Amino acid sequence: MIEAVGLTKRYGAKTAVHNLSFRVRPGTVTGFLGPNGSGKSTTMRMILGLDTPTSGRVTIGGIPFRKVPNAPRHVGALLDAKAVHGGRSARQHLLSLAQLSGIPARRVDEVLGVVGLQEVARKRSSGFSLGMGQRLGIAAALLGDPQVLLFDEPVNGLDPEGILWVRNLMKQLAAEGRTVFVSSHLMSEMALTAEHLIVIGRGQLLADMSVKDFISANSADFARVRTPDTEPELREKLGTLLGEAGAQVVPEPDGALRVTGLPLPRISDLAHGADIRLWELSPHQASLEEAYMQLTQGVVDYRSTADQRAGLQQQAAAPAPQGPGVPGQQHPQGYAPQPGPYGQPAHPGQPAHPGQPNPYAQAPGGAPVQGYGYPPAAGPGAPYGQPNPYAQPQPGPQAGAPAPMPPAAQPAAPADISTPHPEDAR
Amino acid sequence: MAAVSQVLKSEWTKIRSVRSTVWTLGVALVVTVALGVLICLLASNDFGSTASRDRAGFDPAGTSFAGMGLGQLAMIVFGVLVVSNEYSTGMIRTSLAAVPQRGTFLFCKIAVAALLALVVSFVTAFLTFFAGQAMLGTHAASLGDPGVLRAVVGAGLYMTVIGVFAMGVAAMLRSPMLALGTLMPFFFLISSILGNVSATRKIGRYLPDQAGARIMQVVPPSGDDVPYGPWGGFGIMLAWTAAALLGGYLLLKRRDA
Repeated sequence: MIEAVGLTKRYGAKTAVHNLSFRVRPGTVTGFLGPNGSGKSTTMRMILGLDTPTSGRVTIGGIPFRKVPNAPRHVGALLDAKAVHGGRSARQHLLSLAQLSGIPARRVDEVLGVVGLQEVARKRSSGFSLGMGQRLGIAAALLGDPQVLLFDEPVNGLDPEGILWVRNLMKQLAAEGRTVFVSSHLMSEMALTAEHLIVIGRGQLLADMSVKDFISANSADFARVRTPDTEPELREKLGTLLGEAGAQVVPEPDGALRVTGLPLPRISDLAHGADIRLWELSPHQASLEEAYMQLTQGVVDYRSTADQRAGLQQQAAAPAPQGPGVPGQQHPQGYAPQPGPYGQPAHPGQPAHPGQPNPYAQAPGGAPVQGYGYPPAAGPGAPYGQPNPYAQPQPGPQAGAPAPMPPAAQPAAPADISTPHPEDAR
Repeated sequence: MAAVSQVLKSEWTKIRSVRSTVWTLGVALVVTVALGVLICLLASNDFGSTASRDRAGFDPAGTSFAGMGLGQLAMIVFGVLVVSNEYSTGMIRTSLAAVPQRGTFLFCKIAVAALLALVVSFVTAFLTFFAGQAMLGTHAASLGDPGVLRAVVGAGLYMTVIGVFAMGVAAMLRSPMLALGTLMPFFFLISSILGNVSATRKIGRYLPDQAGARIMQVVPPSGDDVPYGPWGGFGIMLAWTAAALLGGYLLLKRRDA
């Protein structure tokens, strides 16, 4: 059991961790999530007594780490895979750690086998890949057969086979009744590994709940509704209708509607009643990724801005594939990268990524509009014209949404990204 | 509580499993002996042409330790690397997570490294003495002469303590570049400049290397007015070293790793 109470760490004027309280219980894998720079590693270091909290405390089994007798036999940790003297062999590295806590050399060979490094055990670790380094770090954590295990980004640099191995290892360790605390920024990985989540952003606790509760609390399931592309007025009509029925309707860039708050049969009935044909009516479930994005939206510290390439404009303009008339306008949009590490949410249930051909765009008549009108606009991210499709549902009646996407919404998207989030200013 | 014997064992594994240990200590030995022998050879050849006043002040034992000034730099590199490697590789976090008692960790590490340095330094001291005296021929001193054994043992101690001093400084500064960048110019240039300029000589002779080097001399240079004896000088050096270690310990204890 790891218990933090009011944990706070300040580095000068910057507060890395603020008043963090949580418990990590034995028997389950607890995921520790947060965007880059949110204080995950700082918290890990404080748990291990490496950094002294400015205020608050953190204990392992009720005892501060520095007072734990023969710590390596109770707590194992992987903090940084590259924290190994490159000139030392893997075996010598582990041996020196084993000797610290009176662990026999036999155990070193055991854990080398467990992590699959027997072959390179006597090679100097400077030649190790990141994945091999992670394995060596995991071996060091397992050395003392500890009841409490901490892993900071254990799957970084591992191949798929290695990721699967780590996942199963964590689950197995937890099943043996150990306390397993794993930090990651990979949502998808945590969805498969962890049962419980502790989410922080800017050093503050955002969530402390089971994975299941986390998803249902932070996301809403939605339905995607698509009306015939050939008749834009139908879409407008349906949007108004659904809004009046109490649904929240958000137009998607490819012409579909994202509807929350109404069951699918009711949507179908409404459409049928109004004599509107539907091309698509599909249920979508939010993933952990979406739930996480939703939660941490306001606390992402490092958000990239759209790359305007203004400094390269002269060089770039000449060989530009675009027509000579529009380079200034096309470049930022056409080439703009995703707005941030999580800027473009990976919606598993959203088949029409801007870069991919839209299967519905093949419809005669509708194709030109879709092909030329939407994809560039959707390029810079915020594919729905709004940073958050859930939090700010558009007013029910889709009055301002004529068949082609409201033009006003398109320029808003890049502006929203390049302007720092109000909270980022701190 | 990680037992001291366990930490010592672990540090021994660490120190013998990196190449820099062999390299730095090897260079310290070879440079000190080779330079000592060379200078003894030159001194022996020139002896006939020196004035009789200088002949009286000739210190055969001290001359054989002339290579120490350069050899000690390799010993300093050894001392710095032993400690700062932990920081530059990030290993310090793994180590401190395993030994939360930071004092135990630091002093066990320094004890192991110092013991190894002591062995190498004594081998170096005796080797350079005997080889140097062999070059001096008829002017040679023998271990039985007054003060000579003290000078040879003192040379071994001096070389060890200079390494330990470097370990203390490295524990304070953490970065190997910073520690070497501070210690190297200091011992190579600043100390000897301060010691040779008459205005600063009174300060320079209290610096660790100049005070400590006194123990290697059997016949003090003429016109010598140093207010401490061989062991007094060594004591000054030990005080410097103790201060460096204390500083390193206090900083390690307080600092975030």
